[in-house]
Formats: sequence, C-alpha cells, structure tokens
Amino acid sequence: MGKTLLDKVWESHAVRELPSGQTQLFIGLHLIHEVTSPQAFAMLRDLKLPVKYPHRTFATIDHIVPTESQARPFRDSLAETMTQSLTDSCREFNIEFFDLRSGQQGIVHVIGPEKGLTQPGMTIACGDSHTSTHGAFGTIAFGIGTSQIRDVLASQCLAISKPKIRKIDVTGTLSRGVYAKDVILSIIHKLGVMGGIGYAYEYAGPVIEAMTMEERLTICNMSIEGGARCGYINPDDTTFAYLDNRQYAPKNGAFDRARSYWSGAASDPDASYDDVVTLNGNDIEPMVTWGINPGQSVPVNGCIPDPESVAPDERDSVAEAMAFMSFEAGRPMKGTPINVAFIGSCTNGRISDLRAAAAIAKGGKVAKHVKALVVPGSMDVARQAKEEGLDEVFREAGFQWRAAGCSMCLAMNPDKLQGREVCASSSNRNFKGRQGSPTGRTLLMSPSMAAAAAIAGEVVDVRDMLNPA
Amino acid sequence: MDNSSITSVTGTMIPLRGDDIDTDRIIPARYLRCVTFDGLGEHAFEDDKAQDPGHAFNDARYRQASILIAAKNFGCGSSREHAPQALNKWGINAVVGQSFAEIFFANCQAMGVPCITVDRDSGERLFAIVESDPAAECRIDIASASIGIGDQTIAGTIPDGAKRSLLEGTWNATAVLLESVKEIDAVAGRIPYLNNFAA
Repeated sequence: MGKTLLDKVWESHAVRELPSGQTQLFIGLHLIHEVTSPQAFAMLRDLKLPVKYPHRTFATIDHIVPTESQARPFRDSLAETMTQSLTDSCREFNIEFFDLRSGQQGIVHVIGPEKGLTQPGMTIACGDSHTSTHGAFGTIAFGIGTSQIRDVLASQCLAISKPKIRKIDVTGTLSRGVYAKDVILSIIHKLGVMGGIGYAYEYAGPVIEAMTMEERLTICNMSIEGGARCGYINPDDTTFAYLDNRQYAPKNGAFDRARSYWSGAASDPDASYDDVVTLNGNDIEPMVTWGINPGQSVPVNGCIPDPESVAPDERDSVAEAMAFMSFEAGRPMKGTPINVAFIGSCTNGRISDLRAAAAIAKGGKVAKHVKALVVPGSMDVARQAKEEGLDEVFREAGFQWRAAGCSMCLAMNPDKLQGREVCASSSNRNFKGRQGSPTGRTLLMSPSMAAAAAIAGEVVDVRDMLNPA
Repeated sequence: MDNSSITSVTGTMIPLRGDDIDTDRIIPARYLRCVTFDGLGEHAFEDDKAQDPGHAFNDARYRQASILIAAKNFGCGSSREHAPQALNKWGINAVVGQSFAEIFFANCQAMGVPCITVDRDSGERLFAIVESDPAAECRIDIASASIGIGDQTIAGTIPDGAKRSLLEGTWNATAVLLESVKEIDAVAGRIPYLNNFAA
C-alpha cells in the first residue's frame, strides 16, 4: 500500500508519540506576524526560555499596516505598539524580520512562497488560519494559536493529532473566465464550511495539475474556509520551476538533490484515502457568495436562495444570512449593487491576480458610486506590478493603488467598510463584520469578477467583459 | 507554568444557538490591536450583542455562567486565540458543542479549557434545559466526558489525546515537548531541507 504526502511528511517529522497519544511533530518552518505572536514572546520570557531554532522562524507585518501611508510612527498608536513589540522580539531572539524598511514586507502567506521559504515536504506553522496556503507546494501547513506559537518557538514542535485525508479530484478543464477562486468556492459550496473538520484536503486532478503555483495558492488558502486545517497539492514540475532561483531555495547541486526529495514527497499512485470526492471542472462557473460564510455561494447567473426551499438543517443558517444581508430571496445574484470593490489579500493579492484584474480594468472606469482598492500582497508584487504598468492601468480606471498589506480583508487597519456598504471582494471571508463595519456586507468572488463589479457598479458576469479568445 | 490536572468543570451554563459562529464574531478584529490578552472579556460578542438585544451574552441571567453551550462548527475562521481568551476572561471554563472548528479546539485545549462534543439531540436537550432554567448547575466529568445536570446525565466525547492531556495536566504542551530535546535535535539532523539536502 502506497503512502500519501501527508503520511510521508508526518512520518519524517514525527519526534515521538506523546503520552497523550498525540504526535510531537517537528515544524520545519515557522512564520510569525504582529497580531498573534506578541503574547507568545511574553510567555517565553515568563518561562525564561530561548527560541530553540531562531533561524527557522521568519517574521513580517501585514495585518495592521496602513496601506495609504506606511510612514512610522503609524497614526494608530496601537498598531505602532504592536510593530515595535515584534521588532523588539525579533531583535531579542535573533529572528529575521521582513519589516517595512527591508523592502521585503508583505502578507505572510505571499512572501513565504515568493522568497522560496516554502518548499515541498515541509511542515509549516503560523499563527494565522490561512497558513493552509503553503500547502500549494506540497507541504503540511496549518494555522495555530498563540499558545502553540509559544510551543513552536520554545521547542520547534507541536503536540497534534494526525488528520484523516480526503482527496478532492477536479476533472475536466476550466472555461474561460473561470478562475482558481471559483474552483475553491465551488468545492466549499459542495462540501460545506464544516465538511473538512478532522481532514487534510489533497487537491488533485487535471484542473489542479494544469494550474500555476499562484492559482494553487488560492486553492489551498481557502482550505480552512471548508473546515480543513490544512490542504495540499502534490509537488510537480510546476512547483520545482517556481522554486528555481528563489532567494531561500536551494542552489546549484543542492537544488538537484532537493528536487529528488521533493518528488519523493508526493503521494504514491496507490495511496489510500479516507474519502475521495470528485468535481467536474467543466461545470464550474464564476462564483459569488450571497451570505455570511464562504459556503453560501451561487454561480453568478444563479439566484439567491429562498430559506423556505433549502434543506431543513440549513434553513436557520440561510435565514440568519438573509436577515443580515437584506437580500430578497429568489432574486438573481447578477445586478446586486455594490459600494466598494477590494482586490488583494492572501487569497488573491499576487501578481497574476493583479494582471487578471487589470485586464478587466484597462480602458474602463470605476462606477461613480464605487470606491475601489487594489492592494498588492507584498512589496515584491507591488514592484512587479509597477514594472508592468499595472498601477497606472488601475489608477487611470479610477482604482486606488495602495501599499502592501492585508488591508480590507480583516478590519485591523484603516481600510474598512462603512455602515451597510456592500463590497465585491477578492478576499476569503464574508463573515458578519469581517471587513470592519459590524453591519457591512461582503460578496466573495475572483479578482476579475471584483474588477468587473467595480466598473459596472454591480455584480456582473466577467465573461461578458472578456474579449473573445 | 500553569498546568494542573483538569478532571471536572462545574457551574451554570449559557446557551448560544446558531451554527458556524466564527471567531470574528466572538472577538471583533479591532480588539486584536493589542500585545496582551488583558481586557478582552468585556468585548466578547460585542457586535452580535449590539445587533441582537436578545443575545445570551446580553442576558443578566447568564452572567455568572462558566459553561458555554454552542451548536455546530463553533469557532470557525480565524486562528486568533483572542477568541477563547475573550470567552475565558468573560468567565467561560468549558465549551459544549455539536462540533468545533479545529484551531479553536486546539487553542482551548492549550489554555486548559475543555471542549466536549455532543450529538445533535443532546445539544438540543442542553439548550432546552438551560433556556428553561438558567440557574441549572452543571458538572462536566472529563474522564467520562459526561455532562451531569440534576439527575440527568448527557453523554459527550473528548478525543483521547485531548482528554489525556487534560487529566494528566499536560495541556500546556511546552514542558512536555521540551522533555525530548535530544530527539528533536535528531529529527532536525536528518530532515534534508535543514541540512542543505546533503547527499
């Protein structure tokens, strides 16, 4: 019987079985940011413990950085305190910090891959639920809380139980105007927001294999929205080509040796799975969420559901979502007016996302009543976009071009919805209050769909705006 | 290091109906702009409370509760430990739910706040009991994962690893992880990517 990538990575990183029956799992790469780590460093100081492997932890700031002016000190004194706290901790414990001055700052899940820190066969942890993103490289990567950050800093290990494994096969090919975001929203819609509890997701099949690394990052990023703490894609030539020449990737002879290790980490063809699910990629359409969790979505040409016509065990959730969103049951999704468009985040803030959105924005004008933000996921993404003139394309079309950070994904910096605003957003969560106004409303969609909505002033089918191939 | 054996949790309950209650709702992100967990308790469910006067956390009858009764997929979304910290500082010492998001569960466990899973019927029964009698005293026995209220006993489950860590007092894992420093270093010594993929 063959093994899955999960089996292989788990075995090679297992330090021992703990008395509780859980695994003591070695964490190969630890990423930290300013929000969830300060208390962990404080716990470490209380315990008078050092960081065991300081060169395996890397830091950046992303959640609280303002995206209009990044001049220090920040206007928000709390954000300034958090930044200073992380700066001090990194200095005290000798941790590399990609801060604003380094010119390498960005969203933690954008910079890990782009710097070549994220490599196949690794275990990765970070105090952020979207750590599942890194699974795109064939890693076992999961989000942890602050107490577990303390554990990793102190011991480079976690006490954790091995999840079950579900393979999600996406067959066929995607049509034009259908993106990785639409695939993952379709998967979550099918399996539900709690379908992944207790599982790691292995994404496979021709649609996934044909994807670029950036598309795969979008897929794995939202594993957690389906309830799966981690999700991964087996490493292949696309993965290896992406890593070649990255700053922290192995060089020369080591790269060739690494390649064989990385190939060997992939799931064996005869590996066994606890569950297998198949989706036909040919059927996937651009998706839009209408509710308050990422599973509450419809194809753009579909209708907002009627609480009366859904399964009895979903009725309360649908009714709660409808009450919050104030949408009319049974109405078409298309044509829903928006006030704000947000293009960015760890889900869709990479260069290919900005290129796709810019292709829609080019020559258009953002609707008069819409405020539209484009926020690159990292300083590197921003530089690349500028080299390609994308910032100018966006500005000419009436989008605001901002500096790198989490921005309007999560309401910890000045970029927030106001009142009942509706936002067409390329981010990952449509929870109540997620984008900063307790009553604000979020419609999740691909960056191209968000750009199209910005210009139309309402939800539209981006396929109607694409030139014929 | 706080790491005592936890064999039971007793107190009154607070019912929180609704599936998929995410950690953004438990503690809105604006309160994550901090470097300690102090003071989070007063902001638990702040926006939900403002929008729903009937929210259980607005109800004085439940203010002394120490056991939260939740529904399905409780604590989904963000990994912020601020969420269980806020609940704990509000007064919650255990959560009973029909299912839990994994990171939330792990965070509670690492804080020594047991999460007990019950089936749907038992969950509904618990809601009914506490809603009709907010003063009902409840005793959760960790070893049997059972919930006792008056002469009623409701069966629950706690995964073995979590249960044993609570009973043995190893839920704060740092010390136990550091017991095997030699083994940790041995693993680090043979992981190819930590050794330049040496042939």
